[in-house]
Amino acid sequence: MSARFVFKAMIGFYIALFFLYLFGPLMVMAVTAFNTPNYPQAYPFEAFTLDWFVKLWNHRSMMAGLRNSVIIGIGVVLLSVPVGLAAAIIMGQISSRARGLYYLVTVSPVLTPGVIIGISTVIFWKDALSLTDVTRATFYNGTMLSIFGQSSFISAYCLLIIMARLQRFDRTQEEAALDLGASYPQVFWHILLPFLRPALISASVIAFLSSFENYNTTTFAILADKTLVTVLAGEVRQGTTPALSALAVVIISISIFGAVLYEVLKRREENKTTRTMRNAKEAERNETYA
Amino acid sequence: MSSRLFVILIPLIVIAIFAILSWRDTRNNPDPTRKGFFDRNGTVLGLVFIALVGFWMLFLVVLPYLYMVVESFHPKLSPSKRGGPDDVLTLMQYKSFFIEPLSGDMNTIHMWAFGYTIVISLIVTALNFAICYPLAYYMAQTGTARKVRLLMLALIIPYWVNEILRAFSLRLLLASKGLINQMLMGVGLTDAPIDFLGNNVGLFVGLSYAYLLIMVFPLYNAIESLDRNQIEAAHDLGAPWWKIHRDVVIPYAKPGIASGCTMVFMLSAGSLAAPQFLGGPNTLWFTSVVYDFFFQSFNWPRGAAYAFVLLSACIAFVMIVLRLFKVSLGETIK
Repeated sequence: MSARFVFKAMIGFYIALFFLYLFGPLMVMAVTAFNTPNYPQAYPFEAFTLDWFVKLWNHRSMMAGLRNSVIIGIGVVLLSVPVGLAAAIIMGQISSRARGLYYLVTVSPVLTPGVIIGISTVIFWKDALSLTDVTRATFYNGTMLSIFGQSSFISAYCLLIIMARLQRFDRTQEEAALDLGASYPQVFWHILLPFLRPALISASVIAFLSSFENYNTTTFAILADKTLVTVLAGEVRQGTTPALSALAVVIISISIFGAVLYEVLKRREENKTTRTMRNAKEAERNETYA
Repeated sequence: MSSRLFVILIPLIVIAIFAILSWRDTRNNPDPTRKGFFDRNGTVLGLVFIALVGFWMLFLVVLPYLYMVVESFHPKLSPSKRGGPDDVLTLMQYKSFFIEPLSGDMNTIHMWAFGYTIVISLIVTALNFAICYPLAYYMAQTGTARKVRLLMLALIIPYWVNEILRAFSLRLLLASKGLINQMLMGVGLTDAPIDFLGNNVGLFVGLSYAYLLIMVFPLYNAIESLDRNQIEAAHDLGAPWWKIHRDVVIPYAKPGIASGCTMVFMLSAGSLAAPQFLGGPNTLWFTSVVYDFFFQSFNWPRGAAYAFVLLSACIAFVMIVLRLFKVSLGETIK
């Protein structure tokens, strides 16, 4: 009995240590955001201030970077979610002999270091877009190249997410629709797409977030422009200011809010499904009695 | 220009070969139950699918990679001379990795940086496995469902903060005026601050910290599907806990371990933020070398050659791990 207790205590201690490692640095950083000294310090805590948040708000290049990040993020979602969907559907229909190679090629960008994706994107598109003056003037810019570079691996994320749900698709639904006279495109729009909706939503969220916080690929592909993350990198390289801590506090608050919201929605969804299941079972029972 | 144009032909030739093979295949073994791709999706949708995936595969993945490789076999030239008579195929960029072209000496700096990057990435991978395995095992096998869900959420939240800010937070902790040095000096363990960033402790911690989650999830997924009865059977038969892990859990979780290890290795070998912000002034990380070729000396071909060297090393590592663990690539990426 006591050996079991010691074991449990050890596990608890280990988990506490693990999360101290995970959260400790972030908490210390959060404290520095509210402390007055110019150098971000947590101890001694001199006086409480919100000045660093004001400084952050007035930081012009960071706000410009934020706007670019959002534009690129939306572009990446618009490109990589449809690509991931198409790739997942082809994955399901391709002949089993070609599937291995297809899988390898489509998933390889996930395993390629981001730096290499960034470099290859810039080298290729610089020449490809320079073929005519018009394409060079309109498309050869940091935003476009970042969308291309990031979509290269984010599409693969989307593929994996959508594929996971597609594998659980009940083929009999499709057959039923076909028997009732639907055409294949109608099956796609009215049956498959609604079924895939949750996966499409999570793919969009993941795509946007991965794009938003990407550094390795973007730092090459962004050329002379700036995203929030590359501005941040420049700031951190130059020195340290509590305004960066303030930014982290904002991001952490938003993510905790998002996580809680997600959890609540998920709970509600689960309750709804269990309720419909129960109702369905009840209805079935009544029917057999009737 | 010709060698660059040739690159564009390679994937087209490969696609053509595959198309011919599949066409011959269907002609020789007609299967009336199998419907063609366009029958199953409608012509318009089918074309849209193929166009999307084709654009992705050709223009975002295969062609840029091939183009980068070709670029690395060219000399560095000013834009006006590109495509001219000086634009020849050459191995000089790869040679420069071993022998510095200006002085003719051995290029020990870059070779050292390469070896250092690989070795440190291996150490970080092993370290993260050791840190994450107990947690993954606890979450997958002993924790209650509610607790696991909470732990999951707690694991994910720090990862919404981007890489740069996470490196920044570690820098605040480890700097000479940072909290850890304040604490050590306050307790009286040291008189002068320890230079954690200069001696690369910061770099190791930063890399390990950045990729904890990448290791936890594959391990968790792999261990979760292990039937608890197997562990209990081993326990009842008198196996000590370390034997249970060595002979039951770890062999079962092999695909997850392979997947976690390859991902962490790849990410840390290719990482840019941690070495830039947490490495000491004398540390040369290989990706930083590549970065400098692009942004300081503007030598793109040499940067491309170095990038290709890095990519080859990563591919070799994945192959070795897969061979060692005897798992297929398909099992690894899930």
